[in-house]
Amino acid sequence: KSEGIKSNKITNNMIFAVTRVCFSADIISTVEFNYSGELLATGDKGGRVVIFQHEQESKNRPHLRGEYNVYSTFQSHEPEFDYLKSLEIEEKINKIRWLPQQNAAHFLLSTNDKTIKLWKISERDKRAEGYNLKDEDGRVRDPFRITSLRVPVLMPMDLMVEASPRRIFANAHTYHINSISVNSDHETYLSADDLRINLWHLEITDRSFNIVDIKPANMEELTEVITAAECHPHQCNVFVYSSSKGTIRLCDMREAALCDRHSKFFEEPEDPSSRSFFSEIISSISDVKFSHSGRYMMTRDYLSVKVWDLNMENRPVETYQVHEYLRSKLCSLYENDCIFDKFECCWNGSDSAIMTGSYNNFFRMFDRNTRRDITLEASRESSKPRATLKPRKVSTGGKRKKDEISVDSLDFNKKILHTAWHPKDNVIAVAATNNLYIFQDKIN
Amino acid sequence: MFVCGSICGAAVDFLSHRVCLSSPSQQRPNMFPKGTKRKFSDPAEEPASSGDPGPAAPPPAARTLSSSYSLQRQSLLDMSLIKLQLCHMLVEPNLCRSVLIANTVRQIQEEMTQDGTWQIMTQALAAAQCPADRLVATEVLCRQTEPGAQAGQSPKPFPVVGLEEGYHSEEVVMEGEVETEVTMSTLSPQLSSSSYLAGPFGMDPCWDEEDEDGDCEEEEEEEEEEEEEEEEEDEEEEDSEECMSEADEADRDHLSADSRTGEQVFGTFEIKHPTPPPDPALEELFSDVDPSYYDLDTVLTGMQSTPKMGPYDLLESLSSHAPTALSSSASCRSDLNELDHIMEIIVGS
Repeated sequence: KSEGIKSNKITNNMIFAVTRVCFSADIISTVEFNYSGELLATGDKGGRVVIFQHEQESKNRPHLRGEYNVYSTFQSHEPEFDYLKSLEIEEKINKIRWLPQQNAAHFLLSTNDKTIKLWKISERDKRAEGYNLKDEDGRVRDPFRITSLRVPVLMPMDLMVEASPRRIFANAHTYHINSISVNSDHETYLSADDLRINLWHLEITDRSFNIVDIKPANMEELTEVITAAECHPHQCNVFVYSSSKGTIRLCDMREAALCDRHSKFFEEPEDPSSRSFFSEIISSISDVKFSHSGRYMMTRDYLSVKVWDLNMENRPVETYQVHEYLRSKLCSLYENDCIFDKFECCWNGSDSAIMTGSYNNFFRMFDRNTRRDITLEASRESSKPRATLKPRKVSTGGKRKKDEISVDSLDFNKKILHTAWHPKDNVIAVAATNNLYIFQDKIN
Repeated sequence: MFVCGSICGAAVDFLSHRVCLSSPSQQRPNMFPKGTKRKFSDPAEEPASSGDPGPAAPPPAARTLSSSYSLQRQSLLDMSLIKLQLCHMLVEPNLCRSVLIANTVRQIQEEMTQDGTWQIMTQALAAAQCPADRLVATEVLCRQTEPGAQAGQSPKPFPVVGLEEGYHSEEVVMEGEVETEVTMSTLSPQLSSSSYLAGPFGMDPCWDEEDEDGDCEEEEEEEEEEEEEEEEEDEEEEDSEECMSEADEADRDHLSADSRTGEQVFGTFEIKHPTPPPDPALEELFSDVDPSYYDLDTVLTGMQSTPKMGPYDLLESLSSHAPTALSSSASCRSDLNELDHIMEIIVGS
């Protein structure tokens, strides 16, 4: 086997092929599969939510699992103006999180900087016909003209998917919301901004509990902010939050009403030989995700992804370099603000692989068992329908091999910040600016 | 992309590898990663130099620090300050980014303080700028506080500064006495700054938590806060070029007064120290700094409702760059009128 083919396979010989490329009017700002993987939600900078649904496999194309097609589109958030501060509130959707499905309808939480909304997405494929008091076109009939009564009959109609806001959780965050996370009790969820974390009940919109507050009494002393937070997937009393200083705190809500004191504190000691003025910035954690098993968590900082065992606080158990070749470019990346880009990361369904994005529309996958990694590209040019993705390589040394890309030719405007992995299958969704790519592995 | 790219382009990936002193007790030998080729000679930092390389290091040690490294560090500092300045937008700035940039600035400032270069830069900048102009503006400031002062009148030669003056004048009238010096616990005592930082960090509107002394009208507080937001972002630890004068004292009143009211005040307070005698020989340290990009910054800041005066912007506005000053004055005019209007209400009633 040549090196090229071997590096193309990760975890059960997966070869990814293009399933769908979708163009959005706005920059996609979040991507999330629901619990079954049947639905994929995207949020964008214009406050819109687009939901894709997995179609059943067609008999014509048995080699594919079926495609994702647009299921519903709705405007979740509108731009607002904060009159108190004379500032605009962006309608950009920062996060979408699905609720576990309990009936025929689907529920999701979507949030912008300040307000969280619970949306109900329901189908309507029947409608009642034969009303007594109304005509078919809705006009009210003259009651004196009704001579007989009939029972309305449900008739099939074209499928209509409706989204309606069921709850609006507002006015609880002074700072910008960066995370929401549904608790395993399916009744509560947390929302985190730069300095505070609140716990909500899904039914109650006029109250929330503040469970973490790191705002200093004197704002001049502010040196650290909350960057991400997540509930434990099984223990409804446990959650974690990460900070801009590269630390993660695990908190137990049974210990105190205000979880300012952590139960566990995760931090990797800094390597003194690599210290620079940018050390703190690149250590800032942009995303934290529990594994599906609940035993591990993964953090993403600027250059790497780290897997932590919840039982070991002093260092991660695994570290994966995403784009170490950028370490010598940190000053330029600081200058053009790319160093502040917040990349997300995700687990596959079995927790055997992790994925995160990079620049130049590259994204990276790491197989935790084999320690192999692969770089793929999400771009129009390399994403013809059903095309197999070719592995990419960035040349770091002096000599650039054929098909390799040099660090200096990387396009830092093409960044993949948001990726999602289907909870059960090897289907991935990758958001590259305005484009959404869905890749599946080929069943051969 | 920031304009300052041209300035930093030459450097400073080297800075990515620079090891920064994190504490005075750390030995200098740790400063360079093992095996890294030393790119400049740095006799003062040889492991042979025993004992502590901290603030006790004499100025001669600072001078032997490679000019290349210190220029690179300086340009990183400049870049960071500009980033903090440009944080103001219609949308609230990203707090995480602002905090990280501010921490970077602190790091640089700490290291420069330990090297001894901080004081040198402070002195040189203070000496480089003539404080006389500022004093004249202060006098105009005092005139404006007279009851029945003409609305909209601003010291013509310094329109950008004038807004600040007019702004301060309210504070003088309302707050009255000189506040005692306040020290920043987290910052080096060599800081000097004439305003404070609320913008990137302080999200709570000042007058939400305003005490009920009723000094400030809401409108005015909002105005103040906007201005504060702009000014403070850049005026953080680095304002070494502010000259000591009555205006600065007024700044401090202004500072202290608002520090009581706004818990989002984040920034520095001015610590008085005597103006050192000018040392022209040290100005060459800054001769590489290109003033033109400070101009751009002044123009950019001037486009906002209030002047976001960077530490170097203020210097520029005080010097002879008239076009830049005028362009920013136009947008400040309306705010100045509004402030004067408010002043009239207070004074007249």
